[in-house]
Amino acid sequence: MFSDYSLAELGSIFVMQGFAGLILFSVFVLMALGLAIIFGQMGVINMAHGEFMILGAYVTYFTSQFFLNHLPALFTAYFFVAMILAFIASGALGMFIEWAMIRRLYKRPLDTLLATWGLSLILQQVYRSVFGPREVGVELPEWMMGSLPLTDTIEVQINGLFVMGLTIAITIVVAVLMYKSSWGKQVRAVVQNRVMAGAVGINTEKVDRYTFGLGCGIAGVAGSAFTMIGSTGPTSGQLYIVDTFLVVVFGGAQSLLGTIASAFTISQAQSTLEFFLSGSMAKVLTLLGVVIILMLRPQGLFVIKVRR
Amino acid sequence: MTAPVKSGRTFFLRPQDMIGIVILAILLLVVLPLTLDNFRLQFVGKYLTYAFVALGLVLCWGYAGILSLGQGVFFGLGGYCMAMFLKLEASSVENTKIQTTPGIPDFMDWNQITALPWFWEPFRSFGFTTIAVVLVPAFFALLVGYALFKRRVGGVYFAIITQALAAIMTILIIGQQGYTGGINGITDLRTLHGWDIRTDSAKTVLYFVCVALLIGCILLAYYVKSSKLGRILVAMRDKEDRVRFSGYDVSSFKIFVFCLAASLSAIGGAMFTLQVGFMSPSFVGIVPSIEMVIYTAVGGRLSILGAIYGTLLVNWAKTSFSESFPELWLFGLGGMFIAVVLIFPNGIAGLYQVYVAPHLGPLFGGAKRRATPPAATPPAAGSAAPAAAE
Repeated sequence: MFSDYSLAELGSIFVMQGFAGLILFSVFVLMALGLAIIFGQMGVINMAHGEFMILGAYVTYFTSQFFLNHLPALFTAYFFVAMILAFIASGALGMFIEWAMIRRLYKRPLDTLLATWGLSLILQQVYRSVFGPREVGVELPEWMMGSLPLTDTIEVQINGLFVMGLTIAITIVVAVLMYKSSWGKQVRAVVQNRVMAGAVGINTEKVDRYTFGLGCGIAGVAGSAFTMIGSTGPTSGQLYIVDTFLVVVFGGAQSLLGTIASAFTISQAQSTLEFFLSGSMAKVLTLLGVVIILMLRPQGLFVIKVRR
Repeated sequence: MTAPVKSGRTFFLRPQDMIGIVILAILLLVVLPLTLDNFRLQFVGKYLTYAFVALGLVLCWGYAGILSLGQGVFFGLGGYCMAMFLKLEASSVENTKIQTTPGIPDFMDWNQITALPWFWEPFRSFGFTTIAVVLVPAFFALLVGYALFKRRVGGVYFAIITQALAAIMTILIIGQQGYTGGINGITDLRTLHGWDIRTDSAKTVLYFVCVALLIGCILLAYYVKSSKLGRILVAMRDKEDRVRFSGYDVSSFKIFVFCLAASLSAIGGAMFTLQVGFMSPSFVGIVPSIEMVIYTAVGGRLSILGAIYGTLLVNWAKTSFSESFPELWLFGLGGMFIAVVLIFPNGIAGLYQVYVAPHLGPLFGGAKRRATPPAATPPAAGSAAPAAAE
């Protein structure tokens, strides 16, 4: 298997493959962060998470079209505007959904699964009716295209680097929000004991709504970032949902660090296996590995010890 | 009308259950065949194969509180077992003499496989196939159930893992094209022991076989439900720790009911293959699996007969909607998911129990006794649904 390559080539293959794995890692982290907040903190199974991402992607697409047609001078910077708009759009939709549906279901986690699956079907059809069934792709500004040559045989894509940087930034923001801000304390208090949190004066309904909104908003930003890597169609969201849930569950639902660690493990396993096997077999083996480890450690990699 | 038997020793069906089954049997065996043309009747036959899955889900999800999102896997395993037998019969040496290697299924020939794989070999025997249809999925469920329930994985985590299994299964079937027929599935199935299953008369016969099997499975489900086992399942769903502390091995009961649900689904899958004439990964993955859950939920997750009616109703709606307004169907299906959770958690059977059954009191011995007014708040149906329906 290795005899066809020289040592230097082999080295660069591993570096390139590792880099591809890192991009996949960023993608997984972006997808899973929003879900980790919603599922890990609130216990709500949001099967429509993929559709919130797709909303962000569509917002990005339309922003890019708008800048292309009306503000071509500022086209290089459209992406930052698009990300903010995507966050607002997905977050607002999330808050509306929380108000209309989720808040009635906090005691019935399995039912949130069914209800949000129904929501995801409805959203898919809305996208298909409004934006058309065809996949759309955005045009990248000049500075995001191309790649940086590191050595003769190794080069890295700039958009990949950008996604990685974005992931790091968002992760830091979320971590600070959840663990350093007073709002994060309120969220964790409500999750641990809703009645007690309410008794000490926390507006639990408001906390729930903003938490759900934040999770969905991050999904929107993730979708926005995905437009740089691939195209977007009405049903793209469904492709991600199982992977995303496995990442969150594998890491231990309530731990952000766990989510990151599991995203790293899964993405590296998959990108390494992909090199040796076919893509589908790599995926099967990775998923099977995750399932088997979950059977051994049902609570995931990083468990927060709580009394139940 | 005698009072329902309380001790449970003499007979496992209450009078109202008996009436319900007879009504269903008359509907399926007499009314529908007389009123529908052949084409429509074949549709009903196809829907009924999903009813087997719904039946399994009532036991597994409604009574035992285990929501499996991977029932499509078992449906598919049963269907593929049957399809392998039929495919081997269709790929006799003289039927496939234009291939480079005659006598093996056509898709293997296209994928440059020259010998029949070892796991296809036993499916030459019909006896083995019928046993495999029931036992292969049950064995698979046993593996999964043993690994998960012994480690006390339940609820949400179980649902997500079974969903991942459904995803794995689809990728595997599509990826291993040479052994499974890939995304097209196993197609071009012709005869069962020389009997052409593609003709209208054969399909009508298969419809009646399917109904008979379904009624047998319904009786089995009622038996399980009314036995001591069924009561332990319900107790387990409502207060698992209490049952465990009483000395029962909770995981074994869960494994059993999960395997039973898997076998029931697989019988449905095998009947599906026989009636439709092919099997493909599009009946295995996440989307069909969760649609099967909605059949159960719409019918009523606590009602055995409700699940059958739910399956028929949702599928009928699907067919007629997608014929006339294809783009509306997803709205309808999505709306059903939301409505069944928010508005009527116990499905059609729950509505029937609350609004219709009280007025039918004298007809159904003992129904009057339960004619309590509807609860002000919808019951928390997640893991601890009260036995309002049934």
